[in-house]
Amino acid sequence: MMHNLVPYGMAFVIFAVGLYAIAVKKNLIKAIIGVIILEDAANLFLVLVGYRVPASGEPIPPIIIARAGGGRPAADLLHRAVDPLPQALVLASIVIGLAVVALMVVLALRLHQKYGTFDLTEISKLKG
Amino acid sequence: MLIPLGAAFLIPLLSFVGCRTQWRVSEAISLLATVALVLISFGTFGRGPVSVWLGNYQGKSELLGLTEKTAAAQPPGAPPAGVGIDEVVPDSAAGAAGLQPDDVIKGWRLPADTGFRPLHSINELRRENAALKPGSTLVLQVERGGRALEVNLPAGKSVTGIAMFGDGLTRLFLVMISVVSLCAVLFSFSYMQPYNKLHLYYAPLMLIIAGMNGVVVSGDLFGIYIFLEVAAVASCVLVGFGVESEELEASFKYLILSAVASALNLLGIAIVYSMRGTLNLAQIAAFTQHARPNDALWLALALFMAGFGLKAAMVPFHGWLPDAHSSAPAPVSAMFSGLMIKVTGVYVLARLVFNILGVSAASAYVLMTLGTLSMVVGVFLAVGQWDFKRLLAYHSVSQMGYVVLALGVGAEALAKGASLTREWEALAFLAIFAGLFHLINHAAFKSLLFLVSGSVVYRTGTRDLREPGGLKHTMPWTSFFTRVGALSISGVPPFNGFFSKLLIVVAVVWAGHWFLGAVTVLVSLVTLLSFVKVQRYLVEGEPASDFAGVRDSPFPMQAAMGILAAACVALGLFLPLLSPVLFDPAARALVEQLSGYVTFVFGG
Repeated sequence: MMHNLVPYGMAFVIFAVGLYAIAVKKNLIKAIIGVIILEDAANLFLVLVGYRVPASGEPIPPIIIARAGGGRPAADLLHRAVDPLPQALVLASIVIGLAVVALMVVLALRLHQKYGTFDLTEISKLKG
Repeated sequence: MLIPLGAAFLIPLLSFVGCRTQWRVSEAISLLATVALVLISFGTFGRGPVSVWLGNYQGKSELLGLTEKTAAAQPPGAPPAGVGIDEVVPDSAAGAAGLQPDDVIKGWRLPADTGFRPLHSINELRRENAALKPGSTLVLQVERGGRALEVNLPAGKSVTGIAMFGDGLTRLFLVMISVVSLCAVLFSFSYMQPYNKLHLYYAPLMLIIAGMNGVVVSGDLFGIYIFLEVAAVASCVLVGFGVESEELEASFKYLILSAVASALNLLGIAIVYSMRGTLNLAQIAAFTQHARPNDALWLALALFMAGFGLKAAMVPFHGWLPDAHSSAPAPVSAMFSGLMIKVTGVYVLARLVFNILGVSAASAYVLMTLGTLSMVVGVFLAVGQWDFKRLLAYHSVSQMGYVVLALGVGAEALAKGASLTREWEALAFLAIFAGLFHLINHAAFKSLLFLVSGSVVYRTGTRDLREPGGLKHTMPWTSFFTRVGALSISGVPPFNGFFSKLLIVVAVVWAGHWFLGAVTVLVSLVTLLSFVKVQRYLVEGEPASDFAGVRDSPFPMQAAMGILAAACVALGLFLPLLSPVLFDPAARALVEQLSGYVTFVFGG
């Protein structure tokens, strides 16, 4: 059966948007936003990889709910749940992304204190 | 090697926690930690490879061991045509069931059911198989060559949990990391005196070591990704440690580019996971052994080449390196050029290409192209520099080009000699040996040179090569170490750089690339020219009047430089003694490719 490739393609389109923002925009904050878009695109792709359509019924999140009434039976979870591993990875990756973005914002603020602007063309002292 | 694997990243991680108190305490802790790491890594000499599993490890098998053929699009509403099998792994559930490539799986049922349910995708089968209890089976309706038959598919064994693998290559990198970081910590004792809030300096330094050691021992792709990020974020903190405008800017640039690299790597990891159903390196390798080339994995390899090429600062991606490496404090520059680009770039790339995804002529040519470009462009950018640290940073690009070129030649030999006749294998071994030897040599002499630049900056306050002059009169020991480093990097005989460059040239020419061999020699000559310039302006001549009174650097700095200078000489002179314990196992780990890796992890 042919996979539906459109969602994967969309993730790559979002990735390209992030790359565009980083490469073209001269504003530090816009570059940071580009990085956020980039990371989200990668995370989205990872979640899509874990999505599976079950043979019968709707896909359910891989969460074991303990309820008084017995909750969701384990067999049902195994047959219908989407792949939990990518979701765990995405959680880790989101936390890492948070740290990276926080550090970037701090650096941007310190640069703003030094130069009084977020414009990369006025900041660049280094030649590359 | 069992204890070293865990200790390698736990010791620096614990020191990171301890380092957030007072600067005297953090100095003591980081010295203790690095000395312990040196002892531990040298303690692994002569031990065999080892794999450590934290979690539930039941055996070699992948969950299912099947890949799916890409089928033609179905008109909507048509009954499903079943799933064609592209490849089957022998040691897996599918292999045990006797499924063969080109079978078509039409449907499945539980033994108790009557009537088959149609199968829509391999993922459906994967999930149903994972849901089985151990010992029970699924019944598959299979069409083989026009005949319909029923096949019992047993429950696949699964591996959950985290793995750490240590082989010869891991040992080589652990030794390199521990020695260079010990020297960097020693050097920092004096060099960092003018800065304040020093406990905030040693904490990220320890975190970098933890991240790099973690990358080297990690046994699954996502572990590598996490430790890479740890090292990258910590190193961005250290690039901007001086909080002057240039340092902040370099740090920002480095952080953006390393975020791009991580995103590319994460995409690659996601593709590998979707194709192979596992993140464990050895399981992916076991799968790749039996698999045919796969279009999606080519995309993953391309993403990895770009991502880790960015981390390794190969030439189209080298823009961040001279800024970051020259803005950081000198001992951190030594760690960056000596360790970071190798561990986070070259190590992972080599591991993926040789041991995990399998060598191919295409990946070999990409490696050779990247290597040659870096070598040539790096050295010509370096030769015009007057800023000592920028000059050294561009030389890092160029010297890593040598390493990647040698690895590429090795990969090409392995890909061409598919049957592996003796000669191809010997050529691959020589090329990879030369590449790894040069990598270690570069760690020794480039760290030494960055520490020398730090020593000069510490006493004179300038990075300009033309300003101080005549250091042989004012700073005799520093100029001696400058000479050792310069002679090593430009490949003058008794020093280590000569032997590794010679081996690389021999391997490249033996592989039949005469032109590349000539380019390699030419780049070596330009390197020599550039370091003659360094010696002519910095060491020789008379001191400028402003700098007549400078004294030589304090003892900890000289001790750190002395260790690395001794390593430069020892690596060259005692190679016959070092290679059986250090370099041969490392090169063999890469030459044996997938089967060697799978064998050492899962046993024969």
